Amino acid sequence: MRRHLLSAGDLSRDDATLVLETAEEMRSLADRPIKKLPALRGRTVVNLFFEDSTRTRISFEAAAKRLSADVINFSAKGSSVSKGESLKDTALTLEAMGADAVVCRHWASGAPHLLAHAGWSRSSVVNAGDGTHEHPTQALLDAFTMRRHLGDLDGRRVTIVGDVLHSRVARSNALLLRTLGADVTLVAPPTLLPYGVDSWGVATSYDLDAVLPTTDVVMMLRVQRERMNAAFFPSVREYSRRYGLDARRMATLPGHAIVMHPGPMVRGMEITADVADSDRSVIVEQVTNGVAVRMAVLYLLLGGSEAAIGGGDA
Amino acid sequence: MTSAPPPAGQSDEGRVVLDAADIDRALTRISHEILERNKGSDDLVLLGIPTRGVHLAQRVAATLSRVEGAEVPVGSLDITMYRDDLRLRPARALMHTEVPPDGIDGRTVVLVDDVLFSGRTIRAALDAMNDLGRPAAVQLAVLVDRGHRQLPIRADFVGKNLPTSLVEQVAVRLAEHDGHDGVTIR
Repeated sequence: MRRHLLSAGDLSRDDATLVLETAEEMRSLADRPIKKLPALRGRTVVNLFFEDSTRTRISFEAAAKRLSADVINFSAKGSSVSKGESLKDTALTLEAMGADAVVCRHWASGAPHLLAHAGWSRSSVVNAGDGTHEHPTQALLDAFTMRRHLGDLDGRRVTIVGDVLHSRVARSNALLLRTLGADVTLVAPPTLLPYGVDSWGVATSYDLDAVLPTTDVVMMLRVQRERMNAAFFPSVREYSRRYGLDARRMATLPGHAIVMHPGPMVRGMEITADVADSDRSVIVEQVTNGVAVRMAVLYLLLGGSEAAIGGGDA
Repeated sequence: MTSAPPPAGQSDEGRVVLDAADIDRALTRISHEILERNKGSDDLVLLGIPTRGVHLAQRVAATLSRVEGAEVPVGSLDITMYRDDLRLRPARALMHTEVPPDGIDGRTVVLVDDVLFSGRTIRAALDAMNDLGRPAAVQLAVLVDRGHRQLPIRADFVGKNLPTSLVEQVAVRLAEHDGHDGVTIR
């Protein structure tokens, strides 16, 4: 049976742990002379990107190539999509080319779900970020990075700060971290907390300073102005003052706490440059870990006759 | 069902072919054969195949360093992604690969595994090693050789040659992993 990774909520605790442990082995590949494994030889992975992305697309491409898969990169710009081709016709084209997995990034929430379940193709679908919905591999690489610094995540306190409303990273992280037993607190101005956040099983707060002293991980989110068509806060300056992470705020964190950011960062807005470049910051490491985690996901979905993780064809 | 203790030489896992003392003697002999063949332990690297091959490699390495007075590097080599039946079975969890810090280039690598059967695991291990470096030579040490090879592979050092039929199952138990030492057949 083919399986997909569309939501961080598709992963049980055992699945998520399997991905993180597999990623740990994949991570050691980076230190070897030959950074290549034969697991996906002869499989085709299509990177289907309808929205701009640097790190995610490169990360998936590196992951698939290190596992010896053939990679086809497809971005909407400069393709038939810009001539008006529908998602369905694009999917049928990829199916005709024999894609084993489609890694899909789309500006519309739910597009990967449609791709997986509409019956257009037989490939496994990996959600690489859809609209303001989910970004499960980002959540996995964040959890992986946290585990490397803090060990088991059971009972750890993770604070996610900023534009939660437009953040697929926040939603996927909240789902996955809860599965792994961490306590999540979302901190944002009331206008940037999504409707129905009470049902996520997380705490919320409007006061960053009150939360920081008991936080093990603080994850800063970018304010996604490209998705905003209204004023969500009075000014950039006011936002930075109340919800930005600067050196003074960082000093109130416990000694072992780490600072994360899914990128791209806007230095000076949600995070100051000195914080982003400090010892506490694991932002560059997140990118390195992304390749290992995506290798683990692709291997566990495509490596055998049946996938070991993910949601089925429901 | 009765719960009478199994008769002597039997366990609930089948007939005991090697007990703890037998395993110990076999590994000691293998260690000496390795030293004899390679004229000492210079340039030797032991790579165990997880799970039990790693424990065996560590035991052999301990004996080698006791006899020679020099530490022999030990590592582990996961072969999961190099198996020829990878596509035929559901995706499997990976085991740990750890190469000693000085690598395997130009060294004599002794692969260590618990049971030699079809030879396919060793074929996969040779491929996996190819991606780690170029050893000067590769030798193979196994605790049990049960026959039925499907590939032209043979062991250099064998703890026990065990004639088996294809339907029989050979189980190796080691204290580090299973709580006790023993090889059984049923």
